[in-house]
Amino acid sequence: MTVVGLICAALLAAAGALAVVRMERGPSMLDRTIALDVLTTVLVGFVAVQTAVSRRTDTVPLLVALALVGFVGSVTIARFASKEPPGQGRVRTREEIARDEAQRLGLDESDAAAPVRERTEEDV
Amino acid sequence: MAGVDWTVVADVVAAACLIGGALLAFAAGVGVVRFPDLLSRMHAATKPQVLGLVLVLIGVALRLRTGPVTSILVLVAVFGLLSSPVAAHMVGRAGYRTGKVRHDLLLVDELTVDQDAADARAAQDEARDHHRPTPAEVARDTEGRPPARGGGRPVG
Repeated sequence: MTVVGLICAALLAAAGALAVVRMERGPSMLDRTIALDVLTTVLVGFVAVQTAVSRRTDTVPLLVALALVGFVGSVTIARFASKEPPGQGRVRTREEIARDEAQRLGLDESDAAAPVRERTEEDV
Repeated sequence: MAGVDWTVVADVVAAACLIGGALLAFAAGVGVVRFPDLLSRMHAATKPQVLGLVLVLIGVALRLRTGPVTSILVLVAVFGLLSSPVAAHMVGRAGYRTGKVRHDLLLVDELTVDQDAADARAAQDEARDHHRPTPAEVARDTEGRPPARGGGRPVG
């Protein structure tokens, strides 16, 4: 049974790693939701295999909890899915984040300056 | 045949079920990474959610061989069978509405045809609603009646 447990663990670990790869690549939030579903199922599989190999019964409630959590998570994310412009769902690199952040800060400064100018015009 | 040790048989069947479930999970992992669009990834991801889950739970039940645990495992399996279609429906619906479905990969696409027909009908209804009645018609229609809210939109 130990050998079976090891084979199952290896297969499940590979499945989990592949799901994480899809979660990183995206390209949309829904693809990540699906990867999350697979990951939750893999976790259920791990707990089940561990239960079967060691014949412990105290891990069985974990199966119920994991099944519930996976369902709620994917339905909630799907409910709030929105249209994303192509390329936006990608995980940005460090340089892109720095550039966008600089741009955003620049915009914020001009936004902050705008109402002041309006008020002076009203005063005059 | 009299000397068959049934606990060994149960363990072997349990091992086969566990390995089958793990293989399905692995197949789902490969499919989720390699398939080209949302719907085919959903197809791959469903395999361990239903058959894989049931196989793994059968394996656990055969290995543990106690009544209360088996009832909990049946509960988990039933919950999985109930919840995974709902989750898949929500994801597919959201994916279609937000344009994540690649139409060039579809062989049959009845939803787009129906959606276009429904949109055309809605546009027709909209055009009829926006036909403004003349003041004389309004005076005749609302004579002796309190003004109706909603402007007499046709039902259906």
